[in-house]
Amino acid sequence: MDSSAAIEFRHVSYHADQGEAILRDLNLTVHRGEILVLLGRSGSGKTTTLKLINQLLRPSNGEIRVAGRALREWDVIRLRRMIGYVIQEVGLFPHFTIEKNIGLVPKIESWPRDRIRQRVEELLHLVGLDPQIAARYPRELSGGQRQRVGVARALAADPPILLMDEPFGALDPLTRAQLQREFLELEARLRKTVVFVTHDLNEALLVGTRIALLEGGRLVTLNTREEFLRSSEPLVIAYRNAFNPDRSCERGGV
Amino acid sequence: MSLWQFILQNHTEVTQLTLEHIWLVGISTLLAVAIGMPLGILLTRCPALRQPVLGSANVIQTIPSLALFGFLLPAPWIGARADRLAILALMLYALLPLIRNTYAGIQSVDPSVLEAGRGMGLTDRQLLFQVELPLALGVIIAGIRVATVFSIGLATIAAAVGAGGLGEYIFRGLAMVNNTVILAGALPAALLALLADLGFGWLEKRLRPHDARHGSYASAAST
Repeated sequence: MDSSAAIEFRHVSYHADQGEAILRDLNLTVHRGEILVLLGRSGSGKTTTLKLINQLLRPSNGEIRVAGRALREWDVIRLRRMIGYVIQEVGLFPHFTIEKNIGLVPKIESWPRDRIRQRVEELLHLVGLDPQIAARYPRELSGGQRQRVGVARALAADPPILLMDEPFGALDPLTRAQLQREFLELEARLRKTVVFVTHDLNEALLVGTRIALLEGGRLVTLNTREEFLRSSEPLVIAYRNAFNPDRSCERGGV
Repeated sequence: MSLWQFILQNHTEVTQLTLEHIWLVGISTLLAVAIGMPLGILLTRCPALRQPVLGSANVIQTIPSLALFGFLLPAPWIGARADRLAILALMLYALLPLIRNTYAGIQSVDPSVLEAGRGMGLTDRQLLFQVELPLALGVIIAGIRVATVFSIGLATIAAAVGAGGLGEYIFRGLAMVNNTVILAGALPAALLALLADLGFGWLEKRLRPHDARHGSYASAAST
């Protein structure tokens, strides 16, 4: 078995209750410390793939291994606490202050109170927020601030793996660009294993070490950024065309 | 004799009946909370139970109150004492708003909040007690408010089976064709209902500091 593998999918498929296949025979390895982007349109199975990793969904067939152990060998709660999870809607607890939001998992893991406070402050610095924000409630924050808190919360217990489901998708373009940049700087320091879901090719090319292109529940290609830009795979070309501003101008815009 | 004079002259009895009234309503509402909240939570976990449970609670509500007291009269242990009977009947009426509001309150929690909580490794219990119930609390209190106010009015009927409470005056006044006596029961009951409504309304507001519709930033920061 590959020792650099953080997450492995082996012949994984997933069917919804009604039996229609959402994911078919997925084989995929995520290396330690890389940012693997799952790129695809809605319904391609990228979010399903992500949720299979932290067991919010269970595979119908096949095996998923995290840190070398099959998922059924993991206690699901332990597994989730070593995997940070960031979603587009952020999902901050509206009745908790920012400090309690970020410090919840450490508190459940019975860290001493001083250490939690210190950790919260450290994390707020890390994601570029003023620590004074700690006493506020989520509704008092802007969308960009909330998503920074979401990232801080996911990092609270220092998990080696981070799952991000269109984390910047709901932000305005300027804020999104800023958070993408900061995320890359953060990742360069922390070297987490990241699985990053997006439907935006530009974002995929910006953040991805490798890009897995999904379509109709199948993995179409798995390329590095450079390979992706050169690939002759029809779907990759279609993506490049759709996101290439020159071409779309030629055709009178989309 | 004016109402005021009547109340002054009989103030010990008025006080006693009022306390009895509060006791009947208080105990029955507490029991309804103790049974209705867990049932409401159960419904969010087992959707298959939703129809039968909410349906039954609905049916109970449609039974006329006098008839319900009558139905319960032959029941063993319960029927032996009038106050037990009254408390059981009031509790049954209070169940529906409690089950329904607990269920609705938890259902109304933003799914993304639950997904984030589950994804970060909260157990079902932690999710329930740290996230779902606190966020549903305002709606649950609203259910308790409705149930209490309703029970205070309904508890006046309890006097018909001899359970006491302010209904004593109402039934006595009816028998005597004396409006003053009727009012001596009805007015304190109405005041109680008003107070309960105000009190729970205030509590409901206080328990939603996170909700943008209530409270200012300042009140949120002070909680």
